[in-house]
Amino acid sequence: MPADRRPNTVSALWRLLPYARPALPRLILGMVVGIAAGLVALAIPQVLEYLVDTVLADRNAAGILPAALLILGLGVFEAAAILVRRTLVLTPNTHIEARMRNALFEHLQRLPVAFHDRWPSGQLLSRAISDLSAIRRWLAFGLMLLVVNTVTIVVGAILLITTSPLLGVVYLVMSVPIWFVGAKFERTYTLVARRSQDQTGDLATAVEESVHGIRVLKAFGRGGHALKKFERQAEELRGTELEKASAVAFVWRWLILIPDVTFAVCLALGVVLAAQGSLTAGALVAFFATATVLRFPVESIGFLLSFTLDTRTATDRYFEVMDEPNTITDPQSPRTLDQPQGLLEFRDVHFRYPDAPDRFADLVNGVDLRIEPGETMALVGLTGSGKSTITALVTRLYDIDSGAITLDGVDIRDLRLDELRSRVAMAFEDATLFSATVRENVLLGRPDAGEEALAEALRIAQAQFVHDLPDGLDTVIGEEGLSLSGGQRQRLALARAVAARPSVLVLDDPLSALDVETEELVESALRHVLASTTALIVAHRPSTVMLADRVAVLEDGRITAVGRHSELLATNDHYRFVISSLDEERKTAAASGSDSDAAADDAAVIDAEEVRA
Amino acid sequence: MSVVTGVTGEERDDLNRAESTQVRRRSQVLLGSLLSPLKRRIVLTFAVVVVSTAAQVAGPALIALGIDRGVPALIAGDAMPVALTTIAYIVLGIGGALLIGWYTLLQAKISQAVLFDLRRRVFRQTQRLSLEFHESYTSGRIISRQTSDLDSIRELLDSGVSNLVSGVLYMLGTAIALVVIDPMSGAILAGALVPLWFLTRWFQTRSQIRFRRTRVASARVIVKFVETMTGIRAVKAFRTEPANDRVFAKDVEEHRDSNARVIRLFGIYDPGLVLIGNVTVAIVLLVGGYRVVDGGIQIGVLLAALLYSRRFFDPMEEMAMFYNSYQSAAAALEKISGVLEEEPTVPDPAHPVELRAARGALRFDEVTFGYSAGRVILPSFDLDIPAGQVIALVGSTGAGKTTLAKLISRFYDPTIGTVTLDGIDLRSLHPKDLRRAIVMVTQESYLFSGSVAENIALGKPDATREQIVSAARAVGAHEFIELLPNGYDTDVNKRGGRVSAGQRQLISFARAFLADPAVLILDEATASLDIPSERAVQEALQTLLSDRTAIIIAHRLSTVAIADRVLVMEHGRIVEDGTPADLIGGTGRFASLHAAWRDSLV
Repeated sequence: MPADRRPNTVSALWRLLPYARPALPRLILGMVVGIAAGLVALAIPQVLEYLVDTVLADRNAAGILPAALLILGLGVFEAAAILVRRTLVLTPNTHIEARMRNALFEHLQRLPVAFHDRWPSGQLLSRAISDLSAIRRWLAFGLMLLVVNTVTIVVGAILLITTSPLLGVVYLVMSVPIWFVGAKFERTYTLVARRSQDQTGDLATAVEESVHGIRVLKAFGRGGHALKKFERQAEELRGTELEKASAVAFVWRWLILIPDVTFAVCLALGVVLAAQGSLTAGALVAFFATATVLRFPVESIGFLLSFTLDTRTATDRYFEVMDEPNTITDPQSPRTLDQPQGLLEFRDVHFRYPDAPDRFADLVNGVDLRIEPGETMALVGLTGSGKSTITALVTRLYDIDSGAITLDGVDIRDLRLDELRSRVAMAFEDATLFSATVRENVLLGRPDAGEEALAEALRIAQAQFVHDLPDGLDTVIGEEGLSLSGGQRQRLALARAVAARPSVLVLDDPLSALDVETEELVESALRHVLASTTALIVAHRPSTVMLADRVAVLEDGRITAVGRHSELLATNDHYRFVISSLDEERKTAAASGSDSDAAADDAAVIDAEEVRA
Repeated sequence: MSVVTGVTGEERDDLNRAESTQVRRRSQVLLGSLLSPLKRRIVLTFAVVVVSTAAQVAGPALIALGIDRGVPALIAGDAMPVALTTIAYIVLGIGGALLIGWYTLLQAKISQAVLFDLRRRVFRQTQRLSLEFHESYTSGRIISRQTSDLDSIRELLDSGVSNLVSGVLYMLGTAIALVVIDPMSGAILAGALVPLWFLTRWFQTRSQIRFRRTRVASARVIVKFVETMTGIRAVKAFRTEPANDRVFAKDVEEHRDSNARVIRLFGIYDPGLVLIGNVTVAIVLLVGGYRVVDGGIQIGVLLAALLYSRRFFDPMEEMAMFYNSYQSAAAALEKISGVLEEEPTVPDPAHPVELRAARGALRFDEVTFGYSAGRVILPSFDLDIPAGQVIALVGSTGAGKTTLAKLISRFYDPTIGTVTLDGIDLRSLHPKDLRRAIVMVTQESYLFSGSVAENIALGKPDATREQIVSAARAVGAHEFIELLPNGYDTDVNKRGGRVSAGQRQLISFARAFLADPAVLILDEATASLDIPSERAVQEALQTLLSDRTAIIIAHRLSTVAIADRVLVMEHGRIVEDGTPADLIGGTGRFASLHAAWRDSLV
């Protein structure tokens, strides 16, 4: 995600100001104290020389102790100043870092899912960790050195000119190439630094995937394959880092060479001037003494420049994410549902993923559907027909492109997100569990619910197995619920949705991983909940459809039919194709079983189903 | 075995002395093994540093020479000394500049080589470690080992070994000069080393603990971050953003605080060093002053001694910073070396037996399995699966079906007994042959970032596009793949966000189809498929399974139709075993399961 417009480094870094502002007084004070400490450090040798020359020259024993005490005093002052500077600067800096990190996290959590689809989490992680700690270090040391060194260079340059105007001007003119070198360095280095930080993020992503996908890699024995790919990426990063190093080597070389050549020329010129008598030997010595003091600040430009540019890139990367607008937000003047009934309606809803090519029709292409309060609607369609997408639209994980989804007659975009999502609870097809206790995972949507609600939800989802876990309800399950089976995770996710006591339940194929018996148990328990709750259930199986009062058939992005299971089965070819196992499974059942049931015809089954419903 | 072996005790910072030594030793060994292949380059780098430092030191001497000799000579009409010193200065400058540039590159090469090596080792180790490890060691922690821990090692490597080398040389030279000029002042300087040693020792022990704490805290921040971003849909749907904000802010605060503490420690250590240096100078002045008055030494000697003792401490700050980043990196190395020290519970064989073409005969010989000593999941049993047999494994959730499958695919090893493929113990089978012969497809179909084609090709990395397409066609995935924005080259973004669960399963199937194993294990691999897709997969399976062994775990008993044999499991035991027809006809568990299933059909 390269920035198309590149503001200059100063204005890029200037954006850190709002975060740094609370710490600013301490940072500035710290800088002042730091400069004082530096000055004292510079002064001590001078004072020593002076003391030795004056006090000791006349062998005055009485003067020795005060002189030593003076030096001691200065020395203690220097140490104290360093202590004060560090105390002033470092703690506030960690606060800046923490503030920025929290702000990033808060922002990321609120950015729409579409953003997260686009951004691999390794890239986000590298921003949250490496980039921010680079910024902190720069604020603590880089900025400080930058200011101190700039001051030193300016003061030094003035001193040089006053000492010897001619030599001073020569010195300054000859230093001009440093600017060009610096500018060239900035150009190349910024690009490489950016690339290196992006590649670091990619590497983090690769690590993450290799761990999350460890089962697949192991099942196929592709660890070596993944390693090779990772090595390639790591090798690329190493290449970039070496490119960075060679850019740094380039600037270092010139930063050493230019002052040295300048020195040499000044030396020759100075000697000539001194020989002519237009410059005293003392002034010449003073000139070089000052110029020598300037050496370190000039040389450090290289290091400071790369440090600053690294930070600039880190700042860019940080704000790239922070500038990302949150498109799914609370409305300006939210409406509330005083008496939620749970009437869910889709009116000519259109949706397409932002990166879908133009030649494709909308994935959700004019869906009309009305689910009455308390009604359970099954959503049936082929794999990839957009069923899961529709479920995600109800809680505004994605916003629809046109049309409207209303809850009790109120457009969901007119509700506060918080209210909408507390009214509508979801269970996803991949059951995401967090590394927390069973209790916390189940009560995610309603942390204040009591033990009874928890037990109830677990019972409905047939998730009593949690009591057999080592610490029962307080067992910490892994982020991916790793040691639980697919069916167990699915039941916890279902329990979570039920425990939220929503007015609308949205279940995305919630029973797919359950065995037939457990499924039956869950269904009969779930029926009580569904009797009073509006529900939209994505179903792949007839057994899941049984939970529903009516079924909506999704085809080509539209609801092509709504009706009772038996009606649809009789009248709708597509529905029969999607849901019915009659053709094949009946045959296999007939083939494998040999009893009389196999002879039952379709009509009989439909009757049975109607009785059940 | 000690409690700090591997990653155990990783979250602790209160290691006792023996533990601390043990952990330190193992990270030093690691560091040594990382650096030893680079020995020659490191020596070269040191040499370059020494020469370039010498070049820099020579500069001021030349200027002094130029002024002292050059001016009088020029007045006398001899331009030679000036010209010579000027040229010498330029030559020295060029030489110094080139050396510094060279040094920068050398240093970066060393640092990058170490990082590369370390990344690779951790990655390989992650892949090598068994599932059991990954089930308890969350992905976030691995990621933090690979990111923030590596960052702090990188900081050490970049923080300038040159500073260290030139600093040590400088201090050594200064100390020698001081002793030569004035042994008494040298003795005072030596005396200053005592508080220096205590201060450093204090810093070392304290910072060790605190740096450990920062590593743990930073891992915690990363774990929370990764988990939240990975589960962002659930986070949003259940409105846990504010709660997450709080937890994350707490983790961040803990990390900040631990960081601030360690920085504060350095904030005491550094001025402490300065103080010792300055006090030493004052003492040298005091003692030397009286000696000058006594006539013991010349003033010039005292002045030189004072300047030398002051200079001795000049590089101290840089070296302290180096030491600081060393401590930080050492704490990171402790964690990394812990991961590297872990031994897989399912180790690769020391003397692998090769099996080029497996037939697919599986045998369980008095196998017992339990995750930990106390909890037996599968009590002792025998099972013989002839090559080419298709088995349907049936039973309620938690009956041990998946565990059985994991024993066959060697995700776990049996606690007692052996599992053999064509008579070879899986434990001694060459891992390559094992993975080629046995493939397992699970319900969770993870997709890696990259194209659909790449994801299918995971089953056979050298597959041609035709083979990939025909595999997809065989399992009925071709149609939907063609409809993706870029067909087979469509990027399946981030955990397959854009591809539905059913489609992911079809891709996994294609992957397995392409891998063409002798034994195929399907663990609920069709659960998310719609019925037409499942039907297509079933058809594909008819041909796919005609000449191979298969273990199919499915709740939809339609699978039974293609099975030669059904195993019913309950509480870890195989309670029924027979042909589908026999079992359905009987009165056992399977008969009732089958009836229930048939009822669930339309």
